[in-house]
Amino acid sequence: MSATVPTLPPAQAEALAASYDAATATRRLRGLAVAVVVAGLMLFAGWFAEVRPAAFANIANFSDYLAKTIPSISAQTPRADIVAWYWDLKTWSRLLGETLLMAYLGTLLGAIGGFALCFLASANLVRNPVLRFAVRRYLEFCRTVPDVVFALIFVFAFGLGPVPGVLALAIHTTGALGKLFAEVVENIDMKPVEGLTATGATWMQRVRFGVLPQVLSNFASYGLLRFEINVRGAGVLGFVGAGGIGQEFLTAIRNFYYTDVSAILLMIIATVITIDLVTERIRHRLLSLDQRP
Amino acid sequence: MSPSPSPSVLAPRPVLATDAAAMRARYPDAFRSHPARRARAFALLAALLAMAVFAAWALDFNPRRIWMGLDRLGLFVSLLFPPDAGGRMPAFLKALGETLAIAFLGTLTAALVAFPVAFLAAKNVVPNVFVHFSLRRVFDVSRSVDTLIWALMWINVVGLGPFAGALAIACSDFGAFGKLFSEAIEAADRKPAEGILAAGGSGVHRVRFALLPQVLPVMASQVLYFFESNTRSATIIGIVGAGGIGGYLTEFIRTLQMQEVCVIIIMILLTVAAIDFVSSRLRFAIIGRKVASA
Repeated sequence: MSATVPTLPPAQAEALAASYDAATATRRLRGLAVAVVVAGLMLFAGWFAEVRPAAFANIANFSDYLAKTIPSISAQTPRADIVAWYWDLKTWSRLLGETLLMAYLGTLLGAIGGFALCFLASANLVRNPVLRFAVRRYLEFCRTVPDVVFALIFVFAFGLGPVPGVLALAIHTTGALGKLFAEVVENIDMKPVEGLTATGATWMQRVRFGVLPQVLSNFASYGLLRFEINVRGAGVLGFVGAGGIGQEFLTAIRNFYYTDVSAILLMIIATVITIDLVTERIRHRLLSLDQRP
Repeated sequence: MSPSPSPSVLAPRPVLATDAAAMRARYPDAFRSHPARRARAFALLAALLAMAVFAAWALDFNPRRIWMGLDRLGLFVSLLFPPDAGGRMPAFLKALGETLAIAFLGTLTAALVAFPVAFLAAKNVVPNVFVHFSLRRVFDVSRSVDTLIWALMWINVVGLGPFAGALAIACSDFGAFGKLFSEAIEAADRKPAEGILAAGGSGVHRVRFALLPQVLPVMASQVLYFFESNTRSATIIGIVGAGGIGGYLTEFIRTLQMQEVCVIIIMILLTVAAIDFVSSRLRFAIIGRKVASA
């Protein structure tokens, strides 16, 4: 199976190597410069963020912490031990269900908002730069202010519970999806739209029959991706009292109910991964559907 | 086509009106109604809506509460203006710098750690199903835990402050980078690798000269993109005490000092817009022109 590869005579090989070095010298230098700049920035950022590598001496805390969250499950009574570990499974499942519903409703409302605004933010459909600018800045505001901040404010306005959480997710999602949707719309094939314009279609008709068929599957795919992100996000909104499982999790962490922490965390991880896999599969199908002529 | 020559180009040509039957005959597909497709779309919409109504009912949405809430929200919004830092501008600026440092360190650390691991997790570099599967699950777990939860855990180790925040971002991004990087590696063109092998190159040569040049620009643009989105998430990490501007933001919202809140939000908006601008420029420079974003 072994084959010998014929090699060049040394003189020729050296000449080749020299010309290769010369050809890559500038690129290499540039790469080095980038590396130096990044390393410098990293050191500066490290100083600014008070990085103390010595603190890693406490890494034992981390493993201790993790060790404490592992429940004792004996071989004699594994069932009873697991039941004891998940002693409050009913409440946790209910809260996890609430988290999922929050993510669903928030994503749906946000997707509707993003859908309504994305066409107005697209340069190929809206000639009025003022309108476009206003819509784009609004979307930027919605997605730059984190959902937790909206949730904090909404908790004051709407009271504790999932309602402020859903609204916060919806606003943040409007911003995020509005931008992505607008990018999709700007990348469409304009020929159908021009055809409709030539037949005298109104703006609404052009969007409905010229744009929508081209973008819908991409929109759905982005919407699902956002749902996945929102499930993760809804899990922590409870930290500020905006519903879902976060509140319970924070209580467990703050009061050092170690095994509860691991129980809830495992439930969250399992849920997120499941949703991840399911939406990924649907998304791949949607996108391959799109590529068919 | 039309029986009579058109008198003027400018005159309206009612093709469809006169020739409707002919058009219908020529393009039956465009005129056919699709009851099955229509019913399916309708059913999907109905299902989505039913689910939404159920969710709203289960989550205790009621119009009265929303209405009263909007009233109070209006009050808060009116309190936002005029923005006034209350003499805390230097502290805010330092916190904002901290936020940027957290995002930068976290993203870069995650990328540096994920980089070698992603090669191990790529099917075309390490063709071992077990390694591939287990590394993928590690990525999944690290990704599925939210940054705030990672922050809570790291605070136990390194104490309160921005260091914990940077580590938290590094941990949750490690999974995301690992997944994206290994997918990029698997999508790389195989021909250069085969060429290197044919010329007698080793496995390391293959990675260095065949894979790296293909995937490095993709990776760099992904890192920049994540840096952008992490500046956003680093603004809230202070909510659990992990440094940055989020600490002030939460504090002032909780004490209803809305003018300060307004200043902080404006600062965040400006910073994120600046970072977006710079990094999208860099991204386009790296990948040449617009590449279809994943």
